[in-house]
Amino acid sequence: MSTVTLSSFNTKFLPTWCPGCGDFGIWTALKMSLAQLGIGESDGMAVYGVGCHGNMYDWMRIYGFASLHGRTLPVAQGAKFANHKLPVVVISGDGDGLGEGGNHFIHAAKRNPNITVIIHDNQVYGLTTGQASPTAKQGFKTKSTPDGVFDEPVNPLTLAITAGATFVARGFAGDAPGLSKIFTAAINHKGFSIVDVLQPCVTFDKVHTYAWYRQRLYAIEGTYTPNDRVKAYEKALEWGDKIPLGILYKEDKETSEDREPALQNGPLNSLPLEIKNYDELLNEFI
Amino acid sequence: MLDSVTWKIGGEAGFGIISAGTMFGRTVARLGYQVFVTNEYPSLIRGGHNIITARVSSREFHALNRDLHILTALNKATIELHKHEVSENALIVFDPADVELKTSDFPKPVHLIPIPFGKFVGDLHVEPIMRNTLALAATVALIGAPFESLSSVIADQFKKKGREVIDSNSKVAQIGFDYVKNTFKDEIRMYLSQPTQKERHLVINGSEALGVAAVRAGLKFAAIYPMTPINALITFLADHAKELQIVYKQPEDEIAGINMALGASYAGVRSMVATSGGGFALMVEALSLAGMMELPIVIDMGMRVGPATGMPTWTEQGELQFVIHAGHGEFPRIVFAPGDVGECFDLTVDAFNLADKYQIPVFLLTDKYLNESQWCAPQSAFKKPVTIDRGKLVFDQNLPALGPDDSYKRYALDTPDGVSARTVPGVKNGQYFSNSYEHDETGHVTEDPGKRTAMADKRLKKFSAILNDAKPPTLYGPADADITIVGWGTTKGPILDALEAVSWKLSAVSLNFLHFTWMYPFLPQATEMLKRCKRIVDIENNGTGQLASLIRQHTGIEITEKLLKYSGRPFEPEEIIEKLQQLSSRA
Repeated sequence: MSTVTLSSFNTKFLPTWCPGCGDFGIWTALKMSLAQLGIGESDGMAVYGVGCHGNMYDWMRIYGFASLHGRTLPVAQGAKFANHKLPVVVISGDGDGLGEGGNHFIHAAKRNPNITVIIHDNQVYGLTTGQASPTAKQGFKTKSTPDGVFDEPVNPLTLAITAGATFVARGFAGDAPGLSKIFTAAINHKGFSIVDVLQPCVTFDKVHTYAWYRQRLYAIEGTYTPNDRVKAYEKALEWGDKIPLGILYKEDKETSEDREPALQNGPLNSLPLEIKNYDELLNEFI
Repeated sequence: MLDSVTWKIGGEAGFGIISAGTMFGRTVARLGYQVFVTNEYPSLIRGGHNIITARVSSREFHALNRDLHILTALNKATIELHKHEVSENALIVFDPADVELKTSDFPKPVHLIPIPFGKFVGDLHVEPIMRNTLALAATVALIGAPFESLSSVIADQFKKKGREVIDSNSKVAQIGFDYVKNTFKDEIRMYLSQPTQKERHLVINGSEALGVAAVRAGLKFAAIYPMTPINALITFLADHAKELQIVYKQPEDEIAGINMALGASYAGVRSMVATSGGGFALMVEALSLAGMMELPIVIDMGMRVGPATGMPTWTEQGELQFVIHAGHGEFPRIVFAPGDVGECFDLTVDAFNLADKYQIPVFLLTDKYLNESQWCAPQSAFKKPVTIDRGKLVFDQNLPALGPDDSYKRYALDTPDGVSARTVPGVKNGQYFSNSYEHDETGHVTEDPGKRTAMADKRLKKFSAILNDAKPPTLYGPADADITIVGWGTTKGPILDALEAVSWKLSAVSLNFLHFTWMYPFLPQATEMLKRCKRIVDIENNGTGQLASLIRQHTGIEITEKLLKYSGRPFEPEEIIEKLQQLSSRA
């Protein structure tokens, strides 16, 4: 097998993201992790939502499914059932994954499929020119909230922990090497891994800048053990002057693929199509 | 001696009436009779009025008619609701503890068969639900069938529940059977003539027939959110998932269901969803995705009465135009509408093969009447040789190497039928993008007018390629008739029985029947057949004549004479005959 490097993922297309966009850091970190894990262009699959994040597929040479807005998780779970040996990474956004796809998020978490979800969390809908997203904090002024956001924000981490996700982490788009470390751990985790990535929208958010985040973020690694659901929940609620970064929760648990008897015989897409004992099946109706 | 007997049993939901109907069907089918069992029930779990109607005959038939020879009442309401339906000399089976009856309570002469169901279950200290077993055994006795045929069905039906359940049911059945034989010797006048069919017959509902065919065709993944009338398909797939090595997953909603199925299809397995109109409304967005990505998928769309929640447990053909037009943008699809379980088997196998061959969504447009009725079909109809053709699906690991930043041309334009070879994740040198956006040959996004037009042309080319696999409508009756009835799907049975009853003519007016199962794309062969018709009458289970509209759209032929029924009930042959009598006198 040839070595996988960052350039293995090059396509003929160049990113169309705004200069300085947090998406660059996430993209780089993901390529670093996949290269490190030896997952090349034909060895895995990425499912993309619709939003600025979703445009990544065009410059990310790996089997890609650029799905509908909000529908990444069902697609990823279906593909995983069809071939549970296939590494599956979901590239989603805060609007895509928590607004349009909110119901799928909760139900995917409770099933614990062995997939990794990267949420591009920038509090805005960038592709539609800057409306508030479900994670937008109260008071945040956007094109759709001229007097500031009224609603409480969705907290992707507490939601994931409550719904049953078995790997919950927060990363920062301004630190690609640190983020890649989290991504690698998330992909290695056998179960539903969520990485909420804080990323500045340099075009539509003048408040939550790289500097704003850097002043507040602190790494929890070394001082925190991510094995307690209640402590993880408390940690996930920290926001303000200090914002924790790293793996908040991790648990080993049976995955949804583990529970399917058919998959114990190999990937579903490799199983024979002919039915054994067809006459016996028909006899049930006689 | 009769050659056909119709039995109706009514009671509250929760009385176990539905399973009694299935057991009755299997009992008589094992003896070689033709049988058809249908249920009517409100959308409730307990209470409400449930009925099962079963017709059993020594000769072939296709639908229920207005005969009612045995009415079994497990409650008073059954008598009140159905006493006007009984035929002359019908047998009325009831518990005198529930209702006091005189023969003069009925509009026609009848014979009363009082059976103390409640007392029997009380004396035996068994569950009150076992009254249905008593009633079933009583009916088996009344039609003159041997007890052994019923007891063998009881043993098979309750095999999973264990010896104790089998024994108690058999004991109760024996008591009911003997009671009728000993007490009503003179009333047992429903003896059926000897059956003629020799081959073993299945008693199977439409959902189960579709499920059997789907797994026979290589179905590996189904994600189905529960909804009447396709729930029996879920039960079938979930019950057999382990032995058949398939995955059935219950999704959080229909949107997730179809997206899961498309994800599985993308990764290389045959996948399907099933739902009814309301659930399908939620799937429409992803239907369009399947069109854009050229992903195979089979959709079982079980019609019921709409709009909105409508009458969820009743039947209608209201969604033909919906499935033809559903989805934003333009893309090809195939729509099949099976008319009975035999057609259900054939068309389901075709659906999976054509979905793969053309990389498109294929619909099985079923309805409540097909899905939940128990049909009788020869075993051979389910044992036809099946070829599984995955079309241009590439699992080959020896594809030519790609350039360093190049991707596989999964949407290659150089294809006469619009279908290009597709790989699945894991295939070396097969990497591509499956894209919801308009794309080029590798799946990269494009907004170039020339590339857009070329890719749209590639998809739309399939519309004409599909016609190579066309199955034109079936013409029943004389080739050249004065009046041709057109219909589709499950109106087939009542129409055939009506026309056979009048020997395909009314006085001097000859009749035939053009039955559509391939609904869309509309076939040129159908146009030719329709153009040859002298006078056309459209019969549909909807309020607007959706097939007639489709015919007008594609042929220019306007059908003005229609028989439309949208009460939630299927047609009876008699009402079709009445309509044809009116029309033929107006010739």
